[in-house]
Amino acid sequence: MAERMRPRQEQLVVVGNEPVGSYTLLRVARGPVDPGQPGQFFMLATRERLLPRPMSLCLAPAGELGFLIDPIGPGTRGLCDAARGERITVFGPLGHGFRLDVAHPVIVGGGIGMAPLPFLAERLPGAPALLGFRSRELAEASALLPGAEVVVEPTLVTEPLTSLLASEGDITPFACGPEPMLRAVGALSPRARLAWEAPMACGYGACFGCAVAVDGALVRLCVEGPVLEAARVEVAVLPAGGLRSPSGAASLASRGKAAA
Amino acid sequence: MRLLNASGCLDALTAPEVAAALDVFVTKTVTPKPRAGNAPVRIAETDVGMLNSIGLANAGLDRFVQETLPRLSRLPVPVWVSVGGFSAEDYAASCAVLDACAEVAAIELNVSCPNVEAPWASAWEIVAAARRETGKELYAKLSPSVPDIATVAVAASEAGADGLSLVNTMRGMSLDPRTLRPTLGTGSGGLSGPALRPIALAAVHACAQATDLPIVGMGGVSSGRHTLEFLAAGASSVALGTVLFSDPGAPGRIRTELSAEADELGLASIDNAIGAAFRMPAGVLEGAAVTKPPKSKNRSISGAILS
Repeated sequence: MAERMRPRQEQLVVVGNEPVGSYTLLRVARGPVDPGQPGQFFMLATRERLLPRPMSLCLAPAGELGFLIDPIGPGTRGLCDAARGERITVFGPLGHGFRLDVAHPVIVGGGIGMAPLPFLAERLPGAPALLGFRSRELAEASALLPGAEVVVEPTLVTEPLTSLLASEGDITPFACGPEPMLRAVGALSPRARLAWEAPMACGYGACFGCAVAVDGALVRLCVEGPVLEAARVEVAVLPAGGLRSPSGAASLASRGKAAA
Repeated sequence: MRLLNASGCLDALTAPEVAAALDVFVTKTVTPKPRAGNAPVRIAETDVGMLNSIGLANAGLDRFVQETLPRLSRLPVPVWVSVGGFSAEDYAASCAVLDACAEVAAIELNVSCPNVEAPWASAWEIVAAARRETGKELYAKLSPSVPDIATVAVAASEAGADGLSLVNTMRGMSLDPRTLRPTLGTGSGGLSGPALRPIALAAVHACAQATDLPIVGMGGVSSGRHTLEFLAAGASSVALGTVLFSDPGAPGRIRTELSAEADELGLASIDNAIGAAFRMPAGVLEGAAVTKPPKSKNRSISGAILS
């Protein structure tokens, strides 16, 4: 595994805030902050809110960090409304991202859970990608992952994944999406590497908001995860129905992706 | 003046550099038996503070002593262990074990966690039971959710506490904007952050009048000015809680801000601000020595609590 970069907290300048379907791609000048590994996340804060919001890195173009954000609450809306030239607080990279050491990876995303996947795809050249969305408007975000196979509900992303597993059994899914989707992917492939999300206030192990049972022990997703092998997580301890309910209602932690 | 973290707001093993920037590290509350904690969702943000409902999730005292404490002993700062329980016997048993641990500089008795059925009214009983088992410094952490916190402080003092940690969170709730159901899995949880600060300040002020015990003030502190205010109200130490979630660099920043505040007020030492709220005429700090706030009379009430 690549050596983990030491997280830094910096005030970074917003260089762009562009709509991508229903989501927003927030771009900031990278400064001295390392982009880390795909699946790692950053805590992003505006002055208006008490707590930062966890967001996985979506894109890492030269000199920039890009975050795909679903503006569902005051914190995420504030980030999406941040004007060019404004500074936001960025702390990261945090947590453990995807281990890339598999022969035949396949990238699987659902909804805003596709946020970390463009950066992941850069590190997994040639890996097939499957994306599922609830609507065509949301599916516009798939433009960030060219070449991906896209399905829209009522078709679920697990359907093309099931076909792929049947035809090429030796694949390892790298998945991020709503909790029911992760459960389903984990059931199809226990070795799947899943990026979970949970509400968290700090991102560095201080608040215990994101603790779940893994290997029978209580661990913090922000420290041990957010990416974990499917077989390790006792998903029953995650909230029933997932952190992202069908209504889109969610808790504090933003939906920029999965680290919460 | 010492700067601490509020219990449950920092893990020195995952963020040792943050702990090292404090004067004392306080552990997350340890209970005799392991606790998985409450069902998610466990934290929520409101417009005026943060709600948590962690539920004292911890690996239990045995694993804490065997695995965590040896690692904490490598910190460059003293370690206080926060102890929780569901009966005075729980606290006493934990204190007896910790009394034998050289790594433990002091014990903070969490007699006020709002997320469990905490027996705040039996503060005297808990402190007295703990006192019998340990000669280590004992701090009683009190809830502000009582009619007269000074009464509880006096009870803790009479039971043998060496200091007070003021205050714990207050019960609060937020609702999901779409479903109108409680955001937290447990419905309600502990409110911390800015909304707690005036409440905590009043609690510190009241307890500083009622007892001679040193006070660790906490509740919504996020700046040097806030820290100064807690000192003025009678605290001799200040703990950082919610601010650590959004700003791991808060200890260093707040020290810098506090130094600037002292300079602006013409204080030779920031300790000269301790108890300033009690000195008359109000606002006169120049050359002030550290003075004890006036102590209220007729505060001996522990008998009433027990009866």
